[in-house]
Amino acid sequence: MASEQQLSAIKGAKVLMVGAGGIGCELLKTLALSGFKDVHIIDMDTIEVSNLNRQFLFRQSHVGQSKAKVARDAVLKFRPHISITPYHANVKDPEFNVDFFKQFNVVLNGLDNLDARRHVNRLCLAAGVPLVESGTTGFLGQVTVHVKGKTECYECQPKPAPKTYPVCTITSTPSKFVHCIVWAKDLLFAKLFGDKNQENDLNVRASDASSSSQQTEDVFERKNDEDIEQYGRRIFDHVFGYNIELALSNEDTWKNRNRPRPIYSKDAIPVEPVGQNGNQAKNLAAGNPLSVSAMASLGLKNPQDLWSLKENSAVFLEALKLFFSKREKEIGNLTFDKDDQLAVEFVTAAANIRASSFGIPLHSLFEAKGIAGNIVHAVATTNAIIAGLIVIEAIKVLQNDITNYRMTYCLEHPSRKMLLMPVEPFEPNKSCYVCSETPLTLEINTHRSKLKDLVDKIVKAKLGMNLPLIMHGSSLLYEVGDDLEEDEVANYAANLEKVLSELPSPVMGGTILTVEDLQQELKCSINVKHRDEFDEEKEPDGMVLSGWTQPLAVEKNGKGSTDNGASTSRVSEATSVVTEDDDELQIIPTQIGKKRKLSDISSAASSEVSSFSNDAKIKRKAEEADDNNDLVMLDGGSSENSKKKREQ
Amino acid sequence: MARNFEDQDMMIDNQNPGLKVLLCNAEEVGEKYMIARKRELLHMFFGLQLDMDGEELTEQETALYDRQIRVWGADAQRRLSKSHILVSGLKGTVVEFCKNIVLAGVGSLTLNDDRLVTEELLSANFLVPLDEIVDSGKSLAELCCDSLKDFNPMVRVSVEKGELSNFSADFFDKFDVVVISSCSLSTKQSINEKCRKSIKRIAFYTVDCRDSCGEIFVDLQNYIYTKKKNDEAVECLLEYPSFEEAVSVPWRSLPRRVSKLYLAMRVIEKFEELEDRIPGETSAADLLNVQKLRKELCEAQSLDESQIPDSLLERLLEGRREFPPVCAVIGGILGQEVIKAISGKGDPLKNFFFFDAMDGKGVIEDIFRPKSQA
Repeated sequence: MASEQQLSAIKGAKVLMVGAGGIGCELLKTLALSGFKDVHIIDMDTIEVSNLNRQFLFRQSHVGQSKAKVARDAVLKFRPHISITPYHANVKDPEFNVDFFKQFNVVLNGLDNLDARRHVNRLCLAAGVPLVESGTTGFLGQVTVHVKGKTECYECQPKPAPKTYPVCTITSTPSKFVHCIVWAKDLLFAKLFGDKNQENDLNVRASDASSSSQQTEDVFERKNDEDIEQYGRRIFDHVFGYNIELALSNEDTWKNRNRPRPIYSKDAIPVEPVGQNGNQAKNLAAGNPLSVSAMASLGLKNPQDLWSLKENSAVFLEALKLFFSKREKEIGNLTFDKDDQLAVEFVTAAANIRASSFGIPLHSLFEAKGIAGNIVHAVATTNAIIAGLIVIEAIKVLQNDITNYRMTYCLEHPSRKMLLMPVEPFEPNKSCYVCSETPLTLEINTHRSKLKDLVDKIVKAKLGMNLPLIMHGSSLLYEVGDDLEEDEVANYAANLEKVLSELPSPVMGGTILTVEDLQQELKCSINVKHRDEFDEEKEPDGMVLSGWTQPLAVEKNGKGSTDNGASTSRVSEATSVVTEDDDELQIIPTQIGKKRKLSDISSAASSEVSSFSNDAKIKRKAEEADDNNDLVMLDGGSSENSKKKREQ
Repeated sequence: MARNFEDQDMMIDNQNPGLKVLLCNAEEVGEKYMIARKRELLHMFFGLQLDMDGEELTEQETALYDRQIRVWGADAQRRLSKSHILVSGLKGTVVEFCKNIVLAGVGSLTLNDDRLVTEELLSANFLVPLDEIVDSGKSLAELCCDSLKDFNPMVRVSVEKGELSNFSADFFDKFDVVVISSCSLSTKQSINEKCRKSIKRIAFYTVDCRDSCGEIFVDLQNYIYTKKKNDEAVECLLEYPSFEEAVSVPWRSLPRRVSKLYLAMRVIEKFEELEDRIPGETSAADLLNVQKLRKELCEAQSLDESQIPDSLLERLLEGRREFPPVCAVIGGILGQEVIKAISGKGDPLKNFFFFDAMDGKGVIEDIFRPKSQA
């Protein structure tokens, strides 16, 4: 039970929860039971069937509705007299600015992606609100506490970038199944069903060897009167047959590699139409387009089965046909979505056919979907445990009980008898650009000042940057450098002349800009505050930058500072971050289905969990936190007992 | 719906597929009986691992359980869907546990708790709307049952009325897992023994939370599971002591840094037994008498009394209302352990687990008397 002090801290607290998913549902429940009275919750997602195995506040009938809102209603049923304010919105929306964050006593993250985590971290730092951060993958989980100036911030340690693959590995020399998935999803699927104007390396590869790029454009385009069946076979033969033949003609490539085998549709599958058993007719096209399925019309049931080359070829042709016959309107606008059954079928089949070409083991649809959708493993129990630990830390934070803050790791295999391992938080990394200095605040008229003014008067004059790069979220507003393409240079030149609020990614009050100089390895955040009028005499720039005391304090070495070296090396090798339900090109490099060890996790781009098994500092910290629990015997009867005493 | 009701009833009636076969093919009874018997024996030795004959998960199950199948595999999911679980004592920690395993997709869950609800009983309960408690006349188990059913239509949730300690050994035969909470020392021991007498292996757990502390005890009897070592499957055997055997291990031969909670919980458990208290019905006023008992026990066991600090005893005695975050942690760990035991995947916990929110440590203690000393 909570003590009186704890209870009063809980009752008076105003809490912001970010995320109403796996951790969020558990967290909202535990907060409500623990006596919290005022909880705000932000989540942009809607409920999906695959959430229901762990997000227990949701039911089948809620599929498609806002997670934040349904979670609120579900919790009010058992604790009707508390206030829960839901926002069905993206935490990165401008309404959730620093002032919004300032109203809370603590922020609790139950997020699924790095971008949002970093965003919330920065807002918490800017607003001076403590953050309790969390993550889970399978049986592993962690809870960390971030209080400005007291503990390290979420970004004190560099996070590894999402895994990417060299283009030539994907287009020409795949050696792992994941390469085939990336090819099928990001090249072939995008080429056939996505935006035709998008750059696509499938194009490049094909045009390298053929006479003109115009001709290859035609290859993927379905001719007006072309039979769907024929078109499918033509695409099949082009990408799995012709293109492989072309690649084979480049002898150098194959000197130290196994030569791939071209596959033509007539060999993989006889020209007889597939699924003759009248199954095709069974296809229920009515209603939801996402229910159209090549597997269903071919009579394939179990998504965990491994399909033969013939079955994969049949699925490939059938899926292509279904896209053109049942979902023609979407063609040209489709992006891969792991919840789009037909898209998953097409990508699985295409990846498997390519894998057979290159002698790579095939995978089931279930496995392929996991890789293509970058699906993070998730179970209810870990989320429940982590949510409990978040609340325990949140209560300490509310009581300002700094000495007892802990980062806690939930392990799959016990370490020093512990399944739940508390570790004292680290001190802020002095060279962390995000939290080491007070974030800058820039007051500016966003409707009148141009990007050019900001670059000249602030970024160059005040921050002393030579080759600045200015970002708003993930979109680049401005960049200088001699390796830029002509069109980029033109684009940035055009941006310079625009007023801030009319930029492609508009800069307004509440916007946080990231300004970076790659050459100087300096990067910082600027909180933009809109202000209409400036005093011409006292504020001749027409804008005011505050929080920056030394105008040219540039660290030549950036990360080279060794004040906090131990912890830097700790997490840089250990931390990794994740994305549950995130369709970006981030691929789990470990094989699905195999049990992953902690040490593997550290290299997996998908993990939410910091691995620390090899890390001496954490172990030492853990030991410090461990009080002396030794049993002391009154009479050391046996010799074993007296030995124990001596050991102490 | 994935399975029709007939199928579900069949599963309830038949703990193992051998018997199911037996009922389905009455003509070949003789021959099949031998097979059934063999399976039953295998079942005893290997737990639940071997008794699944490749029935496929339905499309609906695959869609619903997608994320967790990626953690423990389709095989484990099938085993879960055929397991039957009994819980008794429905305070917050057990409610958390029930939520976890209903979501995970066990075959059936049977709830036992005839108490009428009070506000205190519901302090960490998210299944029962607080407004509904007045005059409903329903027991705690009945109220919880209604909402648990809603969590996962593929799990059969039901109520078993009656006093736990009065159930016969046969009753427990219906279950693969038995979890009891808020029980006296003697009830823990007698239920554990009844489970051990069953022809098949019943996984037995006790769980208790006091204040911001929690304890789990596990008895899987002789448990064999496969472990992957360098990509090779290695068979491991774990031998578990019963609750009675475990708590009678002399304190002086306990692991060197055994959790203080283990000792403190034993003192309070003993105190309640001697005073004939309803488990958990203690207060700070009992501290003096508990300290007296601690002194006696420590002297008899040659242990320094300082190993069971006053502050800890006081917390445990006072904490009648549960602390919901601790319920979530303990209920989560317990859920995970039961899933491991049913699926045969992962190292199961042996045989005590302790969590204290004060220091944040979740510690496993292996408390048994080695054969040589027994």
